[in-house]
Amino acid sequence: MRLAGGGRIDRSQLYAFTFNGTQYQGYAGDTLAAALIANGVRLVGRSFKLHRPRGIFSAGAEEPSAIVQVEAGASTLPNLRATQVELYDGLSATSVNAWPSLAFDFWSINSLFAPLLPAGFYYKTFMWPQSLWHSYEAVIRRAAGLGRAPEHPDPDIYDHMHLHCDVLVVGGGPAGLAAALKAGRTGARVVLVDEQNESGGQLLGNRQQIDGAPGAEWATSAAEELAALDDVRVLTRTTAFGHYDHNHVALIERRTDHLGPAVSDADGRDGGPRQRVWKVRAKQVVLATGAHERSIVFRNNDRPGVMQASAAACYVNRYAARPGHRAVIFTNNDSAYAAAADLAEGGVSVAAIVDARPEPGLDASALAAGQGIEVITGHAAVDVKGRRHVEAVSIAAVDEAGNAAASASRSINCDLLAVSGGWNPCVHLHCHSGGKLNFDAVQACFVPGESKLAVRAAGAAAGIFDLAGCLESGFEAGADAAQDAGIKRRGRARKAPVADAETPAPARHLFHVPSSKRGGDYKAFVDLQHDVSASDIALAVREGYESVEHLKRYTTLGMATDQGKTSNVPGLAILSEVLGRPIADVGTTTFRPPYTPVTFGALAGRDVGTFADPVRKTPMHHWHETAGAVFEDVGQWKRPWYYPRDGETMQEAVDRECLAARNAIGLLDASTLGKIDIQGPDSVTLLNRVYTNAWNTLAIGRSRYGLMCGEDGMVFDDGVTTRLGDHHYLMTTTSGGAARVMSWLEEWLQTEWPELDVRLTSVTEQWASAGICGPGARRLMEELSEDIALDAEALPFMAMSEGRVAGLPARVFRISFSGEVSFEVNVPSRYGMALWSILMTAGEKYGITPYGTETLHILRAEKGYIIAGQETDGTVTPIDLGMGRMVSKKKDFIGKRSLSRSDTSREDRKQLVGLLTEDETEVLPEGAQIVSEPRPMPPMEMIGHVTSSYHSANVGRSIALALIRSGHSRIGEQVFAPLPGKRVMARIVEPMFFDPEGTRLHG
Amino acid sequence: MAERYQQQSALAHFGLSARATSDQNESECGVWLGEHAFRGQINLRGDPGKKTFMDAVAKVTGSRLPTKPNTSAGPDDPQAGPRALWLALGEWLVVTVPGAEEETARSLAEATADCGGTVTDVSDARTVIAMGGRHARDVLMKGCPLDLHPAAFEPGACAQSLLALATVILYRGADPSEADVSAFEIHVARSFADYLWTWLEDAADEYGVRIIEG
Repeated sequence: MRLAGGGRIDRSQLYAFTFNGTQYQGYAGDTLAAALIANGVRLVGRSFKLHRPRGIFSAGAEEPSAIVQVEAGASTLPNLRATQVELYDGLSATSVNAWPSLAFDFWSINSLFAPLLPAGFYYKTFMWPQSLWHSYEAVIRRAAGLGRAPEHPDPDIYDHMHLHCDVLVVGGGPAGLAAALKAGRTGARVVLVDEQNESGGQLLGNRQQIDGAPGAEWATSAAEELAALDDVRVLTRTTAFGHYDHNHVALIERRTDHLGPAVSDADGRDGGPRQRVWKVRAKQVVLATGAHERSIVFRNNDRPGVMQASAAACYVNRYAARPGHRAVIFTNNDSAYAAAADLAEGGVSVAAIVDARPEPGLDASALAAGQGIEVITGHAAVDVKGRRHVEAVSIAAVDEAGNAAASASRSINCDLLAVSGGWNPCVHLHCHSGGKLNFDAVQACFVPGESKLAVRAAGAAAGIFDLAGCLESGFEAGADAAQDAGIKRRGRARKAPVADAETPAPARHLFHVPSSKRGGDYKAFVDLQHDVSASDIALAVREGYESVEHLKRYTTLGMATDQGKTSNVPGLAILSEVLGRPIADVGTTTFRPPYTPVTFGALAGRDVGTFADPVRKTPMHHWHETAGAVFEDVGQWKRPWYYPRDGETMQEAVDRECLAARNAIGLLDASTLGKIDIQGPDSVTLLNRVYTNAWNTLAIGRSRYGLMCGEDGMVFDDGVTTRLGDHHYLMTTTSGGAARVMSWLEEWLQTEWPELDVRLTSVTEQWASAGICGPGARRLMEELSEDIALDAEALPFMAMSEGRVAGLPARVFRISFSGEVSFEVNVPSRYGMALWSILMTAGEKYGITPYGTETLHILRAEKGYIIAGQETDGTVTPIDLGMGRMVSKKKDFIGKRSLSRSDTSREDRKQLVGLLTEDETEVLPEGAQIVSEPRPMPPMEMIGHVTSSYHSANVGRSIALALIRSGHSRIGEQVFAPLPGKRVMARIVEPMFFDPEGTRLHG
Repeated sequence: MAERYQQQSALAHFGLSARATSDQNESECGVWLGEHAFRGQINLRGDPGKKTFMDAVAKVTGSRLPTKPNTSAGPDDPQAGPRALWLALGEWLVVTVPGAEEETARSLAEATADCGGTVTDVSDARTVIAMGGRHARDVLMKGCPLDLHPAAFEPGACAQSLLALATVILYRGADPSEADVSAFEIHVARSFADYLWTWLEDAADEYGVRIIEG
C-alpha cells in the first residue's frame, strides 16, 4: 500500500527484511513500522498480559504496541519500538511477546480468562501458597513477555563522552531548531539533539508550511546552517534519556544501529562504537521535546488499525505508506482534521470524521469540506469490530456529560480508525530533574512548571501546539538561554520565518467513552503496553487504591517500557472521574529516567574487559611475567603470588621459596608498599598524633615500626617510618592502604590541625623496592655496595643508609618482615628493573630465590607478625594484638580515648594467639570458627576465629594465627575447629613459631 | 655509576620507538601519541603569599610561580627552561627536561630553605604521555569530565582530574596558531601508565593513531 510518489524515502534503495520469519521489502528512509504498513502488515505484536492482537499505534518514541526484538545472537537488541527502528538491508525482527508464533499465540487464552486477571492479579493470585511462588514465577515471566537478553558476549564496542556547552537544546522540531539557531548565531556553544535520523520533528510527518514552502525544507536549511556554525554540535539518532542535577543531561547516540550488525571487520571495531553515551553539562537547557498525541478510551480501542491520527498522517506524508484503505477519524479536537485531509490527499478514502464536539473550528470545517469528508459531530466511537484488525467502528451520540447513547447510532466500515484525544507535552526530562508540572485545564494536559534548574521549555513541550507559536517560542527560548548563559553578543537580526496562523476551536475534554453494553467487564484500554483498562482503574479505586501513586503500582499503569507516554493523562482522567475530583487535584506520578530504554552496553561504555579496573604494575612487573609468576590482586596492584617452576604445585613452589628465604637468599618485589614523604618542622608532632607509639627519640637514619588507629581505637594500618633529616621522614604503609592513609593524614592536617607546618607527598611510585633477606643477604649486598657500610654495627636492624648499590642511587633500609637479616633497597623507579636483574645475576651463586606474597605471608606468620587487614578487621585494638607496649601512656594520639572505653579495655576481648593443630598436616581454613566445647551440632559457643593459616616448610608443620576470646590467658588450652564432616583439635600457643629469640633478625 | 641503558621508562615494554618509525601514515591519523620519558618532575610547596619564597623560586626557574588555579608558568618548550604547573594552593609541579631534575631540585631546596619551601623529586613517580592531533580532545573527552574546549582550557592550562580510571595531571601545550590541535601532556602515575596507554590507544582507534618518538 505504497503511494506512487512522495515521502522522505529513497525508492532507488530497496531493502529486504524479515519480520517474524516472513520476507518483505522496504525503502531506505523507512522505519520498520513504516515498511510493515507499506506491506499491509497489521498484526505486529501481542499485548503484555492478555496477549491480545496489537498493531502499530504511533510513529515515534511513544509506541506502546509494536515492540520488537531486532536481530538474533550476540548483537540482538530487545524491546525496540518498530516505529523507531530504521530499516536497513537484511534487517530481521520478531515480535517480543508471541509464542510459538504471532498468528497462533498460545497465551492468547489469557484473553478468555481476562476476568481472572484483573488489576493486582499478581498480588492476589500467585503469592499463595508462598512455597509455589518460584514455579509460578517462571511461567508468568514467560507469558508476560518482553524481549530476550543476548546470551553471548557483546561483540560491539560502546563509548562515553563528556560534553560541555552553553545551551543544550533537546528536540530538533520547529521549536528546537529555532532555539538552536538563535542561540548558535550568538556564538554560544550549542548542542542540539534529536532522536530521529534527521532534524525536523513533526515537520517531517505533516504538510505544514513555513515561508510558503514545506516545513521540512525549512528544517533542512536550518540544520545546514547549524552544521556550519563553529561551536554548534548537532547530534541526530540521539535521545536525551535522563536529566539530572546541575543540568547534567545523559544522551544516547545510536551510531551504527541503523546500519545493522557489523559484517566487515573481524573484531567489529572499525568505525568506532555502536552506541555512545554523552554526559552533557549545560549552562542552559531548552526542552523542545514536542508532544505525544493521546488516544481516547473506548471499547476495543486496542485493535490493530486503531492509530493516532497524527501517526496515520505521518505514514502517508513521510513514508508514502497508506495505513489503511478506508479510514474513520475519531477526535475531540481540531488537529485531526489536518490529518484527515492528509490521508485523503494520500489516497485513503476517509469515510467520516466523528467529532465528539457539537461543532469543529472554522479551519477544521474548511479542511473537511475541501476533501468532501462527512463530519459527524456530537458523536463518539463506542466499539470496534474485528479481532485481528479493524473492520468497522460503531458510533453513538454523546451527551454533555460524556455518556454515549445506549445504542449505537451507526456502524461504519473501515480498516483504519485514526484517533485524536488531544496532546500531551513531552515533559519527561523536566520531571527527571525534579521540575514541577502544572495542569493546563483548557488544553487538558500537564505543562512544565517550576524547575530548580536553568531549564526552559519551548513549542509543544510547553503546551504551544500551533506552528507559528512553536517557532516564536523557540526563537525566544534560544535567545534567552544564550543570554542567561552569559553570552554577550546578539546574533545578527534576521527575518523570522513565517507560518500560517491557526485559530483552532477548543478541544472537548473527553477521555473515556463508557460502553453501555454488558456492564463493566468490557475491555477499553488506557495503557496499551501493560493492558490496563478503564475497568482496572475503577476496580483499583473500589479496592481503596485512590492515590495516584498507589493506583500506578497496583495496576502497573504507565509502568511499561513506554512509561505511559500516551496513557498517563487518560488514566488520570478516569481516576478523577471515578473519584469525582478534578484532574489537577488527583495529581500525576512522576517520570523517571530513562525516557526510552538504554542498552547496558552503552551504560557500561568502555569500562569493560581489561578496562573494567586499572591494573597497576611495578617497575619489575615484566620480569615477574617472564619468570612465569602467578599474580595476586592487592588493591589494583598485580603482585607475584608465587613463582612455580616446571611441574611444581603451588605448595611445592611456596615451600621452596620459604626454605630459600631462610637458608639462602630470598628476593621480594616490595615496590607496592605505600610511601609518604613527610617534611616540615611539625612532622614529628604529626607522627606522634597519628601513631600509638612515641617518635621524639628517633634519630636521623633510624627507623621505627608504628601502629595507626582510627578514632575508635581500632588498628587500621601499620608500617615503618624512617627519619631522613631534621624535619624529614619517610612513612611506609600497607600496599592496599596507601591511598587511604594519605587521605587520612591530609584530612587531619587540613581540617583539624591546620596549624601544623607539615607537607605530605606520595612517593610510592617514585621508588622501586627490592627486599633481600636470608643468611646470604649481607654477602650479596657487600658485593654490590660501593659506599655503604653494611655490618651489623654500622647498619643495625632498623637503620637506613644512602649510597649506591650496583652503581644505582639507593636507600638501603635494614627492616624485616621475615625475621631474617634483611635489606630493603629502594632505587628510583626507572632503575627498578636494572636493580632486580643485577640482584638475580649476582645472587645466583648464593641460591637467590624470588618469592611472592604467599611466601611473604608465611614467613611473617612464622614470626607472628600481623598483617593489617588480615589479623585486623576494624574491631581489633593494639592491645588485642599483644602490642600494648606500643601504646604510649604519656602522649595523646588518635584513638587513645577509645582504648579506655569499658568495651575496649575489658579482659575478655578476642586476642591474637597462635594455634597448633594436633595433626601437624592439617591446615585450618582461614575464617574457621573456634570453640572450646564442641557439640555434635550447632549451636556451639564460638570463642574466636582463625585469621591466618599455612603449611610452614620452615617449622615443618601447619601453623595458624587466631583471634580468641581471652586468648592471652588461655595459652596451652585445647580448642576445636568444627569443620564440615570433621572436628580439628588444636592447642593455643604464643603467636611465634620460629626463632623466638630473634637471633637471626639481629645477626 | 648508573648507565643510561639501565633506566627503563614506564612504557618501555611497549617498544614505542620501533612503532614510531614504522607508523608512517600520518595524514590518515587523527591522533598521535608518544611517551616523554624521564621528564624531570619536582613537587614544590610553599606559601604563595610570601614574597621571599616566590622570589627565590623565580630566581631558580626563571619565571614566577602561577597563583591562578589550573594555570602554568614558564616556557612551553622544556628545553627553554622549567615550567611550573599549579596543583593546589601552595603546591606546584616543576617540570624540566630529563636529567635537569636533580640540579633543579637541589637549587630550589637551597633557595627556599629559609622561606618555608619543601622540595620533593618525584620524576620517577609519573611518566608523561603526549597526545595531539585533530581528534586529541575527543579522545580526552571520552574519559575526562572536565571542559577541555579551548575557551575553557586554554593553551598553558593544567588540571588534576580523572582520565578513564586513572588520576592524571593534564597540561595543554601552548600552540596559538592551532589552538584546538595543540598537544596535551598527561602526567600519569607510573603504575597506571600501562593501563592508561592501552586505554588511550583503544579510545583513539576510531580516529586513527600514529605513534611519535617521545
